[in-house]
Amino acid sequence: MNAIISVKNLSKIYASGFQALRNIDLDIRRGEIFALLGPNGAGKTTLINIICGIVNPSGGTVLADGHDIIRDYRAARSKIGLVPQELTTDVFETVRDTMNFSRGLFGKPPDPVYIEKVLGDLSLMDKADTKIQALSGGMKRRVLIAKALSHEPNILFLDEPTAGVDVELRRDMWEMVRGMRENGVTIILTTHYIEEAELIADRIGIINKGEIILVEDKTALMRKLGKRQLKLYLQNPISSIPGGLNGLDLELSKDGSELVYTFDVHGEETGIASLLKRLNEHGIDYRDIHSSESSLEEIFVSLVSEKR
Amino acid sequence: MNFYAIRSIYIFEMARTWRTLMQSIASPILSTSLYFVVFGAAIGSRVGDIEGVSYGAFIVPGLVMLTIMSESISNASFGIYLPKFTGTIYEVLSAPVSYIEVLIGYVGAAATKSIVLGTLILATARLFVPYSILHPFWMAGFLLLTAVSFCLFGFIIGIWADGFQKLQMVPLMIVTPLTFLGGSFYSIYMLPPIWQKITLFNPVVYLISGFRWSLYGVSDVNVAVSLGMTLLFLAVCIAVVWWIFKTGYRLKS
Repeated sequence: MNAIISVKNLSKIYASGFQALRNIDLDIRRGEIFALLGPNGAGKTTLINIICGIVNPSGGTVLADGHDIIRDYRAARSKIGLVPQELTTDVFETVRDTMNFSRGLFGKPPDPVYIEKVLGDLSLMDKADTKIQALSGGMKRRVLIAKALSHEPNILFLDEPTAGVDVELRRDMWEMVRGMRENGVTIILTTHYIEEAELIADRIGIINKGEIILVEDKTALMRKLGKRQLKLYLQNPISSIPGGLNGLDLELSKDGSELVYTFDVHGEETGIASLLKRLNEHGIDYRDIHSSESSLEEIFVSLVSEKR
Repeated sequence: MNFYAIRSIYIFEMARTWRTLMQSIASPILSTSLYFVVFGAAIGSRVGDIEGVSYGAFIVPGLVMLTIMSESISNASFGIYLPKFTGTIYEVLSAPVSYIEVLIGYVGAAATKSIVLGTLILATARLFVPYSILHPFWMAGFLLLTAVSFCLFGFIIGIWADGFQKLQMVPLMIVTPLTFLGGSFYSIYMLPPIWQKITLFNPVVYLISGFRWSLYGVSDVNVAVSLGMTLLFLAVCIAVVWWIFKTGYRLKS
């Protein structure tokens, strides 16, 4: 298997005694977009910070592009770019200076042309020589991304990149992320916006209370856990579900005007045709039908609460 | 060796110096000039020569050292405290750099600034009192050693401090008294015998004495002892910094 990041049996206990990670095993495939989901305090940032060298692991190993992150930290870290969750930027420096600083720090010779390109890609060109303190929050987020990209990493961590970011930047960012994947960069992101993971990720990992609960291809996950619902808006309210419809997963709304049928997307047959036929037989008329797929968010919530 | 990283940190830190040129350079020069006016000219004229050196000239090495020590500590401690405070330290911690490289970058920049300042103060002093430099090579050596040692010391304080108050406490409560009592303005032989002994526990005595010897050839303690003590202080600071980076003290959890 072609894993660009390989986490083995990783655990972290902070000095306070808090166990943030419990025996994590995780492989990130080369060139994918991997979304790490989890509630606050689940260990997402701890995991990222250990891989990037900001937090010391308590046990276990991590290989980044084949290099041990501790024994061979130079080789490992030079491959990695990190966009932290907090807007931690310099204050008095200009955008260009702070990017040049980042590039040098990661051991790369100055390359004004490349820096210019990153500035352009992130629509920062007109702010290149502005002091960072004069920038808006969204712009600072772009600066953090620009800094992370300034040393041409082939692994990029985005820790909650869209927190407090407007719609436009979010769209730009996802476009950029897709573009980077096309150039062979592996991207690992954490997000609270599950619809974003659904939109952009190839694979999804769910972490809760320091444990990886699940890692799946996004589409497989959606298929496996996804349920569809068919909502029927009835012509005339009914007081109860007729006995003849027993055995079907049906639910009646309180006022008796809506009937919800839940079924598995990849079942042998959906059962819709037979449901509609039987409704007809019972003389139940409907004026409208609405079908919906369960979102990743619902899957996530059900998974996390199951484990509690 | 990640030379680009050293270069980046150095340039970044020096840029901070140029941005704050007035407070970095002008204010130490102004305050030193005031010392010369008050101690050198006003009071010094009533004080006789010390070991054959006029009082005005006698305090020059002390004042230069005073500035170098306090500026080294404040520059180096602020240089590393600021990224810790704003959180930008994450980048240094996640970069492929060893602690030696980080140290050379930060301490190198802070020491450069201190040495420039020390030289400027020596030049300014020339406006007030005539003096000559007997051993220029040794003078440069003591200047460099002191600047580097105290920048390392400042670096340690910057990492240790978890608030601006602590950042100022050590220079104010410990270093200023030690420099004032370290023979900046007097020869320790002017003290009562018991205080002469006690004073020998003050490391600053050796620095000032050695530096004064390099200018005038007179010293409170043997110059070899001065050099040895300065090197010892340097070694202790390096050891502490090595331990900090090894354990991640106040840097990594």
